[in-house]
Amino acid sequence: MDGLPPEFKLEPKHYKSDVNPIWCPGCGHYGVQAAINRAFAELQLDPAKVVVVSGIGCSSRIPAYTTCYGFHGLHGRALPLAIGLKLARPDLTVLVAGGDGDGFSIGGNHFLHACRRNVDITYVVMDNEVYGMTKGQPSPTTGPDWDSDLQPGGTGISAFRPLGVALQSGANFIARGFSGDLNGLTKLIVQGIKHPGFSFVHALSPCITFRPEEREWKTQTHGASVDATGDFNEASRRLAEDDGLTIGPVYIGQRKPYAPPVAPLVDTKTDLSHIVAEFRI
Amino acid sequence: MTQLTSAADSVSVAITGSGGAGAITAGSLLLEAAGRAGWYGLMTRTVGPQIRGGEAAALVRLSRSPVAGHGDRFDVLIALDWRNVERFVAEIPLGPQSVAVACEEAGDVPERIAASGALSLTAPFTKLAEDISGARPNIIALGTAAALVGLPEQAMIETVAATLVDKGVSLEDTAQAIRAGFDIGVQLAAVHGGVAALKLPENAAATAKAKAERWMITGNQAAGLGALRGGIRFAALYPITPATDMLEWVSPRFNAIGGVLCQAEDEIAAINMAIGASYGGVPSLTATSGPGLALKLESIGLSVAAEVPLVIFNVMRGGPSTGIPTKSEQTDLNVALYGLHGEAPHVVVAPLSVDDCIFTTQWAVHLAESLQTAAFVLSDQFLGQAKAVIENPPETDFGTTRLKPNDPKAGVYKRYALTNSGVSPMAIPGMPGGQYTADGLEHNERGTPSSQANDHHSQLDKRFNKLDGFEYGDAWAEIEGDADADTALITWGSTTAPVREAMARARAEGRKVRLVALRLLSPTRPAHLAEALKGVKRVMVVEQSHSGQFLGYLKAHYDLPAPPHSLRHPGPLAIRPAEVCDVLRSWS
Repeated sequence: MDGLPPEFKLEPKHYKSDVNPIWCPGCGHYGVQAAINRAFAELQLDPAKVVVVSGIGCSSRIPAYTTCYGFHGLHGRALPLAIGLKLARPDLTVLVAGGDGDGFSIGGNHFLHACRRNVDITYVVMDNEVYGMTKGQPSPTTGPDWDSDLQPGGTGISAFRPLGVALQSGANFIARGFSGDLNGLTKLIVQGIKHPGFSFVHALSPCITFRPEEREWKTQTHGASVDATGDFNEASRRLAEDDGLTIGPVYIGQRKPYAPPVAPLVDTKTDLSHIVAEFRI
Repeated sequence: MTQLTSAADSVSVAITGSGGAGAITAGSLLLEAAGRAGWYGLMTRTVGPQIRGGEAAALVRLSRSPVAGHGDRFDVLIALDWRNVERFVAEIPLGPQSVAVACEEAGDVPERIAASGALSLTAPFTKLAEDISGARPNIIALGTAAALVGLPEQAMIETVAATLVDKGVSLEDTAQAIRAGFDIGVQLAAVHGGVAALKLPENAAATAKAKAERWMITGNQAAGLGALRGGIRFAALYPITPATDMLEWVSPRFNAIGGVLCQAEDEIAAINMAIGASYGGVPSLTATSGPGLALKLESIGLSVAAEVPLVIFNVMRGGPSTGIPTKSEQTDLNVALYGLHGEAPHVVVAPLSVDDCIFTTQWAVHLAESLQTAAFVLSDQFLGQAKAVIENPPETDFGTTRLKPNDPKAGVYKRYALTNSGVSPMAIPGMPGGQYTADGLEHNERGTPSSQANDHHSQLDKRFNKLDGFEYGDAWAEIEGDADADTALITWGSTTAPVREAMARARAEGRKVRLVALRLLSPTRPAHLAEALKGVKRVMVVEQSHSGQFLGYLKAHYDLPAPPHSLRHPGPLAIRPAEVCDVLRSWS
């Protein structure tokens, strides 16, 4: 930590910026933000060496609310941006945060391939099962019967199951947390950052404005009866039976993270004469 | 810049065959042998969409002086077979002075070839190949082509042997195959005076100079070299014709010098990877072609708004939609200039020749890094997949650096500070105290999202002013020809070569002509063009487009001295020097 004295102890407040969130009072995202800050503090990460990357949506505003480096990019494109950054700068801690529409709908293809590519980053999806920023349209994780102006009577489409997709696509760490369970969610984010490869933390985060019934998640969520598994088939079986409200780590894999053969060398006067020689007749 | 003069005395050879017959290989070897013999040359390819079993033609032009484009017609057509030749015969103009030599087994001469008036001959390429160990008809035909154009037999043998020895063919067998083909050419020349006249004269002095000072390189390789020289150390792409081979060349070289290439899941992922890497401080590039460019547009706007340096290397092909992936057209100009939503000032540059792909791509990296914005390089299939023997190109040192803050202070540092130049010091993750959030949302100087009018206006001004106030130097255009001309030819990109050749012919006929070939298309330089057109009363605008995109661009942004004459047609037909000369002659 070049910028900080060695004895300095970082606390969660040191990761909180002076920018006020746009979130509604009571929004679950405050809880996720607190858990991320606590996780950073627990790991004593230098804010100058952490980058929080996001897409577009209520939850994607989070980079500016931290004192870390941040990138608030395009809707659905946070993952590839974060992967490019991590491949170019393996020394940085890269955390991606965003919502369910951003990650599973417009960014769905990137989610599949981020799991598959298994680059050492952590992805926290703050899932409230609704498009909040555009004022209440169904998201890919919304159930089929949820009534809205845009889709009266519901979409009639069954909800996307992100954990199962993550497992099938090759994510190396898969967990679900709840914004109302600060200690538990903090622990999952710490685990995710520490675990090599692509870590996916599905954070249930109620939208009290458009989905007030999600307040009930406080009583509906429950812990798993068993510990996380490293067995793919066992994890598959559990996720097939999952009610979507089970909290805790599900799968902890041992797949080697992807890293390029060499890291980029910047700011050096590279000698290209041996490359140029191949063109001589 | 290397000044490529027109090739007044040149010889053009087309080698055609169905896919897999080895036409492209033969063309490439002919070019290389010519380079070894001290000649200059250019080879372009025209192929169908098939990977195997389609049609292919190698279009080769050889000369004693540097050559950047094709001429009006081909002197020699070597047909390994006639299969599917009608698909690209329009791209291989022949005339009564041309000679078409077909394999004996090829069958009847196609109607359009016969109608050109070319002398039609046959040769036993297949039969001879059967009698020589390791020989194939295309190698026999290569010997014939060498004899017809006057290329020394020994240069041809050395070149082919260097390639075939890796494939287990002995030097003796190779030499025998080339000689067998060469003898056919000599015999044809002895019988037909027209064939004998095709030879370029001997020139021993050129040979001695060649070995030390000449390169053989494709446009996409040249662009790759320019990117490396500029400092690009991260690239991401989704494979697309005809851009992929640029990064296929770069990828293994990254491994050697320290760089990362990522093959992304789609075009949008590729460009966002590059933006992420560049945000991390590593100069970054994405390569694509029309359909991919269309997908990347939103992300390019992010690079502009968040002021993250980025190079978009786009190799134009026939469009719209999937269009003609394997053939050239200058029709991504409008999308490159005007395709971004909102008002997003950015750089667009275009290489003017194969060797200029080095300079222009390196310059694009320099501009992207210096101005912290998106820079497009608009190459095209002609340039990208052309292989040329060129003069050893000069190396340029732009002294490219990204402006960074010196010891930024947390809470004080303003990533998007309003500066005189419009460029603000950019902190790189890892730099203590420089923490900021890069954002595609409009923001204030600190980077905090803002929808206020004053922040929007000041940041728009900043992003426009930094581009407009930059000193681009002489590289914005190539200006050649007569300073006292009243006629000017304005063009860009790969059509510069035929226009330049037309100018040389017109000047040889006693006309005064000036050429302005634009390398910098955005931001526009109206005052510079006005200066370049001083004294000019007539203007011809030349481009390979159906609608006249370049013409529209010039009319929109520049004061031209008179209503311009537009010479244009879409791809895949090349602009020929004679088309330009015909118009010039009609003017006087």
